[in-house]
Amino acid sequence: MSFLSGFFGTLSLYFSRPFVIYAFVVGILISLCSSLLGVTLVLKRFSFIGDGLSHVAFGAMAIASVLKLTNDMPLILLITIITAILLLKTGQNTKIKGDAAVAMISVGALAIGYLLLNIFGNSSNLSGDVCSTLFGSTSILTLTSLDLIICVTLSVLMILFFVFFYNKIFAVTFDENFITATGTNANLYNLLIAIVIAIIIVLAMNLVGSLLISALVIFPALSAMRIFKSFLSVTVCSAVFSVICTALGLVISIIGGTPVGSTIVAVMIIGFIISYFAGLITGGKKA
Amino acid sequence: MALLTCEKLCLGYDNNIIVKDLSFSVNDGDYLCIVGENGSGKSTLMRTVLGLQNPISGDIIFGEGLKKNQIGYLPQQTQVQRDFPASVWEIVLSGCIGQMGFAPFYTSKQKKTADEAIKKMGIEHLKNRCYRELSGGQQQRVLLSRALCATENMLLLDEPVTGLDPKVTADMYELIDKLNKEYNITIIMISHDIDAAVKYASHILHIGKKVFFGTKAEYLKSHESGFFGIREDGENI
Repeated sequence: MSFLSGFFGTLSLYFSRPFVIYAFVVGILISLCSSLLGVTLVLKRFSFIGDGLSHVAFGAMAIASVLKLTNDMPLILLITIITAILLLKTGQNTKIKGDAAVAMISVGALAIGYLLLNIFGNSSNLSGDVCSTLFGSTSILTLTSLDLIICVTLSVLMILFFVFFYNKIFAVTFDENFITATGTNANLYNLLIAIVIAIIIVLAMNLVGSLLISALVIFPALSAMRIFKSFLSVTVCSAVFSVICTALGLVISIIGGTPVGSTIVAVMIIGFIISYFAGLITGGKKA
Repeated sequence: MALLTCEKLCLGYDNNIIVKDLSFSVNDGDYLCIVGENGSGKSTLMRTVLGLQNPISGDIIFGEGLKKNQIGYLPQQTQVQRDFPASVWEIVLSGCIGQMGFAPFYTSKQKKTADEAIKKMGIEHLKNRCYRELSGGQQQRVLLSRALCATENMLLLDEPVTGLDPKVTADMYELIDKLNKEYNITIIMISHDIDAAVKYASHILHIGKKVFFGTKAEYLKSHESGFFGIREDGENI
């Protein structure tokens, strides 16, 4: 009993600090946004795009810092959005297949970015910077109120976008050819999805690191698909799964002093295993 | 004026011409079967008619007020769809997407259309089931219902019986025939199955080394006269 009261005592102590509240709000909003679109990405066979795009964003960040831009956000967003459009648009019918293209661009951008930073960089702690970009080590706990406002605004816009275009997103994901053949502009919606994904990833990479963003895209969708059978229920479950795991991971990492991104991913792995067995028991997914 | 007229079409990918100088027309109520060997350009023709790819040259003209968003399409199944988590109802309803424009949600009229399409296909009992758990024949009926949501006039079917067992195949053909005769929906169907084509179709388009377009009677006549040289090279159409 004394252990429990000690636990909640520590927790309420942490929650009296604004940076912890910021971390929770931002973490939950980002996990919500990315899990909603994650379902579409996983079903379109683009699970890896979160990883690829965040590496592209890292490369763009390196370019921005070499050019000594004071505000690097517009450049990073622009480059990432263009890459996302190219990857999603040409995914099916190009000579280099979607997954290979993502892998190539991902590794290429990472290497070039690190190279540029090494040659032109003037940071005293290069490997520390790179590590925090990739693993988001502590950045989520050092957010300013401006970060919070930007994140909340963009997240609300993303969620509205998703609700407003839900039916179109479903149709584009299930059968692009059919909706093009019956007179809907599938390319337009593919374009919109690509832009939204790029924005979410850039936003999330700055706040939580690229490791976490890939996990936020893949794990909730895959876990939900083990158990649920309709697109709506998979989407809702994936959002709920993502928010719960993120909140739990944040609490554990704050109490235990573990790295935030890795802790959340670890919680998601456990969540996935639970969903997998739950799916086997309820017969949700045949082998 | 015909519902669909194709004039001097040249089809293919990347300047690689597959079909040259193809002309045919489809009238209201017709049942056209497109036959030919693998790689002869049947699917390419259908994709071009649907606007999924551009013809290299030639014209495709829609008549009698038929609009682009009034054509139903039954594509071949993709790998993505086989394990897609979606209910039958969600998939059928997505057939109405062409009539939605920029509206975010389906209207009650569109939901009614979807309900009727499900009834026409006799799959009311599957409405809330998961698509990936259905049998091949049931899945085809779901996709056919979706196509019906998109059209009252014209259906394009890309090998609708691929992978189905003989009994289900026969049912599927009867169902398509019913749509043509009872609901007066114009059918354009790609088929490997020459016997079924001859049994149900009113017109036949054969593409390949030699091109034939005409009514079923004309086709049978040219068939007997050895127009395609089937007996000589042993090819099975």
